[in-house]
Amino acid sequence: MIYGRMYGLPRWRFKSPFEELDRMRRQMDQLFEDLSGTRLRTLTRSGVFPAINLTEDKNNFYIRAELPGVQSEDLDIEATATAVAITGERKIPAAEEGARYHRREREAGRFSRIINLPSEINADQVKASLSNGILTVVVPKAEKAKPRQITVK
Amino acid sequence: MAETTKALKIKDKQELAPSAEQTREGLVFTPDVDIFETEKEIVLLADVPGVKPENVNIDLRDNILTLSCEVEPFENAEEEDILIEYETGTFYRQFTLSEVIDQSRIDAKLKDGVLRLTLPKVEEATPRKITVKTE
Repeated sequence: MIYGRMYGLPRWRFKSPFEELDRMRRQMDQLFEDLSGTRLRTLTRSGVFPAINLTEDKNNFYIRAELPGVQSEDLDIEATATAVAITGERKIPAAEEGARYHRREREAGRFSRIINLPSEINADQVKASLSNGILTVVVPKAEKAKPRQITVK
Repeated sequence: MAETTKALKIKDKQELAPSAEQTREGLVFTPDVDIFETEKEIVLLADVPGVKPENVNIDLRDNILTLSCEVEPFENAEEEDILIEYETGTFYRQFTLSEVIDQSRIDAKLKDGVLRLTLPKVEEATPRKITVKTE
């Protein structure tokens, strides 16, 4: 941290600096894709269910996760100053009696994940919605973390 | 059910290697399915998160059932990626059915990103007993 401040580098709020490296790698790949027209797969793997996509615009962070078949009452979302925790359970109702399974690929179980956000958030205003099996959490950035337009006089 | 309390493990989405070249750009994934059979019907459950009911295509011909569900992009244009762990695209899967299906009574429901397809079996004609007459 001291190193970062001394050399004027922004402080990363991410737990691991590799996440930021991943982001840079993605941006580089995007450049190559645009130039060469071929697609490169650069997915980050956290190894924790559910897989999430985190995006941002000027005012908000957006966390999206694919949670098919999860009911909103089985989901629990908590927000702290810089993190959002998603816990829940996916239940799969048992088939009627006498049913013979040919394939069973869908899985049920509990999950829990904490997502650290790169800047401070407004924890009171976090909104979550679940539609068509996609969970979207809209996390407003804290007022001081928002970019400010500065007019040159 | 005791087994439902186990922790879910992350599973990569299975990208489909298409046998024929696609006409449209975009990724294609294989949805996870459960298939079970009762005396009267075959039920297929498929995880298709992000699919709207109007984008589900189900086709059954020559005993081949084709599922194709398109996913519309739901990110706003001005959003910038920070962390990307999954990609979205069309869900596509084909099955060969061994049973004769009553096509007129196929029923499809989409709820919370899970497609439930009920394929009723054709009621078999009662076997006729043939008696051999002797002169």
